[in-house]
Amino acid sequence: MRVGDIVNILDARIVCGGDRQEYTIDVAFASDLMSDVLTLKNDHVLLITGLANMQTIRTAEMSDIQCIVFARNKKVTREMVDLAIENDIIMIECRYSVFRTCGLLYQAGVKPIY
Amino acid sequence: MKVKDIVHLLDLTVYSGEQGLDREVTGGYVSDLLSDVMGRADTGQLWVTLQTHKNVMAIASLKDLSAVLLVNKQKPDANTAEQSNEEGIPILGTTMGAFEVTGKLYELIR
Amino acid sequence: MHHEYNIVGGDFTRAGYASSQVKKILRNLDVDTAIIKRTVIAAYEAEVNIVAHAYNGIITLDIDADSIRIVLDDMGPGIEDIEQAMQEGYSTASDKVREMGFGAGMGLSNIKRNADELRINSEVGRGTQVEIVMYR
Ligand SMILES: Nc1ncnc2c1ncn2[C@@H]1O[C@H](COP(=O)(O)OP(=O)(O)OP(=O)(O)O)[C@@H](O)[C@H]1O
Ligand SMILES: [Mg+2]
Repeated sequence: MRVGDIVNILDARIVCGGDRQEYTIDVAFASDLMSDVLTLKNDHVLLITGLANMQTIRTAEMSDIQCIVFARNKKVTREMVDLAIENDIIMIECRYSVFRTCGLLYQAGVKPIY
Repeated sequence: MKVKDIVHLLDLTVYSGEQGLDREVTGGYVSDLLSDVMGRADTGQLWVTLQTHKNVMAIASLKDLSAVLLVNKQKPDANTAEQSNEEGIPILGTTMGAFEVTGKLYELIR
Repeated sequence: MHHEYNIVGGDFTRAGYASSQVKKILRNLDVDTAIIKRTVIAAYEAEVNIVAHAYNGIITLDIDADSIRIVLDDMGPGIEDIEQAMQEGYSTASDKVREMGFGAGMGLSNIKRNADELRINSEVGRGTQVEIVMYR
């Protein structure tokens, strides 16, 4: 699924990487625990999380995750944006809960990892 | 929909708190951050998490959640299971990850 | 080639900086991308462990033609039972660390899965040394 479609489905806002709406994700993964995210081997993963801090971006950097949806109305900081841009990471802010975010994307056909 | 209906429909494991299987599920809450659940989860919601920390049951009980669903093959430790039995709040389990099981749950109880 | 980084315990803003530098260095050396990914995931988990569980530490990176060696040496409480600490799900992380997105007890098993060689030495009350070796 295209990043642009994800943004539409979630009625969300792209914070950075807005020029990459054509980037496509293959699978989604939801977690707030970074060591859990660091077990993933897939490429083109969408990370859905309610953890909005510098380590969310670092974790994406280390696991080559290029797109993050911050649910629960979490706002990213300037510092996070700078680090995300440096690492070509697309960040999306979404006011829905993680429950609703997963539900809507799953319904729209986004596949899980396992 | 009751906890036991969801157990049946999603083929979940029941680890403990069987007396609570008749609790009504009013919605879902997905989070691994305990303070977030304390702050934002609502009565009757089914809590989907990877957390097996001992404080999980204390929070589930304080917030009067309908059940705790551990994802990705996580199991409760003995203490947590015991507390779940005392509180009558079931701890459930699945091999699915949070995204997948939540996707299915959303179709049932959104 | 030799590099060194200082790590400050409790500083979750900066955690991951050293591992990020390691990633850049390995990329510039054209190391295989799959090896880079395994290396930086192991390094990052070990770096975060210093930030989460110890007071301060030093990370050294040494690269030669055949291998990448990362040693993480910290001053901290140490690990009493390393075998127990290695078990997935075992964690003594504080509430603060858990709110930062860590404390699943999966870090050390992630390191083990990704590293070609892993050695951990620890002395309670002094600190912990983690050595990660990757073959190029
Ligand atoms: N550098 C260290 N100094 C002291 N104790 C450590 C150190 N590294 C690990 N430990 C101990 O080993 C336990 C397990 O570490 P591990 O990295 O597997 O999990 P965690 O850090 O608790 O959580 P996660 O890595 O999943 O965020 C820690 O909770 C801690 O008790
Ligand atoms: Mg760790």
